[in-house]
Amino acid sequence: MAVFSESGAWSPAGGRAGLLSAAGIVLAVALVSGVYLALDTRYVYLLVYAWFGVAYGLLLQYGRFCMASAVRDLFMVRVPRMAVGVIVAIVLYALIAAIVHVVGVNTFAPHPLGWHVLIGGAIFGFGMIFTGGCASSSLYKSGEGNVASMLVLLAISVSQALFVSAGSWSNRGVPKAWAEAAAAQDMPAALGITDGWFDQFTAGYLWTLPAETVAQALGVQGAVAGAVANALLTALLPAAALLVLLYATAWRKGYLRRAKLAQARIGDHLRGIWAMLTASKRTALVGLGLGALAGLQMWITSALRDHYGIFNFGEMLAQMGHSEGLSLQDTVFDPGYWYITTQEAQWAGWALDKLGLSMRDNLFFGLDNGVPAPWLNAPGLMSIGIIAGAAVIANLNGEFKWKLPSAETAAFALVGGALMGLGSRIGMGCNIGAFFATVTNGDPSGWIFFAGLVAGGYGGVRAFKWWIDRRLAAAGPA
Amino acid sequence: MAYKLERVGDGAYLLDITGYGCPHVQVYTDKALQDLASGERLTVRFDNPSSGESILFMCETEGHELVGRDKQGGTFTWTITKA
Repeated sequence: MAVFSESGAWSPAGGRAGLLSAAGIVLAVALVSGVYLALDTRYVYLLVYAWFGVAYGLLLQYGRFCMASAVRDLFMVRVPRMAVGVIVAIVLYALIAAIVHVVGVNTFAPHPLGWHVLIGGAIFGFGMIFTGGCASSSLYKSGEGNVASMLVLLAISVSQALFVSAGSWSNRGVPKAWAEAAAAQDMPAALGITDGWFDQFTAGYLWTLPAETVAQALGVQGAVAGAVANALLTALLPAAALLVLLYATAWRKGYLRRAKLAQARIGDHLRGIWAMLTASKRTALVGLGLGALAGLQMWITSALRDHYGIFNFGEMLAQMGHSEGLSLQDTVFDPGYWYITTQEAQWAGWALDKLGLSMRDNLFFGLDNGVPAPWLNAPGLMSIGIIAGAAVIANLNGEFKWKLPSAETAAFALVGGALMGLGSRIGMGCNIGAFFATVTNGDPSGWIFFAGLVAGGYGGVRAFKWWIDRRLAAAGPA
Repeated sequence: MAYKLERVGDGAYLLDITGYGCPHVQVYTDKALQDLASGERLTVRFDNPSSGESILFMCETEGHELVGRDKQGGTFTWTITKA
């Protein structure tokens, strides 16, 4: 926390060293941005991702924003703080996404809806309890100097790349219907979509599923009516219901006791809900900020696509002569909004490709996302921006510290991170891409992912508690 | 590294959980507070910033009083009086 001295001079809690480190990171971001723009001004498209990443990182670290914490702290230590923050962020992002939709610049694409979303969410939720953070908080904690979080990122990255590219041995367990449906698809032979579990899961199962927003499913006509239906049905009403549920189960009893209210009326409960919303001001403020930024990013990226006459950043890379990491369609992963795990899969995909492994003979990298070099990976630079932004504010606030993990923490980071990677590929994203971005854009699949994430998270909490209890028993009485 | 609640004075305890991340810090703090009697003091030393926000919330909901907050080089030292 920054403080003011008696003379009124501002002084960051991180002191001179923290201020210098933070200034150094900001300068490095500015210099790197300058180099990109000097090479080609069209790189502004890629830099917008990076700059939004820095802004996300600042907010995430300041608000300690973490989906794992939302689930885990609620079940483990009865703290609803982060769950409330996530709900605040959802409401605001949904409102801005609705405006973006009405204006006609929404870049969001709904996810196929099926059992995989629930299962992917559950695997992801179980894993994130052990890593100490979700996909986005592992990024901001890396910016705090937490080496265990860096191991989580490594595990998420490598596990995804290996999973989507696994070949023949992974064919065991592929349902016959998937194999037949995949074989019937008209796809280039180079992708070999009849070989590998993930390809047949994608082509033989995912492609057969409906993918639509609530407004599309209900046949709501018109941009305004569609935006209202999407925001109301997949974000605002569920968020209100969750707030009431959180109040009733985790806040009401203590609030009424502290307020010395024996007979509470509806007004008392409404004041209680407001007290819950504002109990952690920094989390609530950051929820508002993240919601606003996420909507704004979608808007700006869409405007840049219009300006440059492209649908996907891959076209721009091809125009610039960078065709090496592109997919067969000359595309790369370019969601235009906040996303985490896919670009991390691309990091390992690129590295393994350079090491000589076949990374392009699959649908995930070969057909859609490509394996661009990390310095040409726009969403990847957003993730690096999150780390940089978090490092800036952690240094300013005196919260940066290199923290090496114990063997136990490192093992949890690697195994939990691998489960998060696996879950995010089956569920088509993490707590951001498969949940936060979906429910705020009218896609109900996000709530299915959330249900799986909570169920998996609860299972993870039970398993983790068992482990902790063992440790506490071994420690003996105080 | 193991959980160790150290008695440092009359009704005063120290829980040093530096090096631990989420959720160890808040879980161990919760456990330590449960082990203390009302009015006893717990000093928690930790270096995972996000755990602090959860500990604050825990104090707020359980009525514990946060009587001391210090931060040096990324390490937090907080003192809590149990309700």
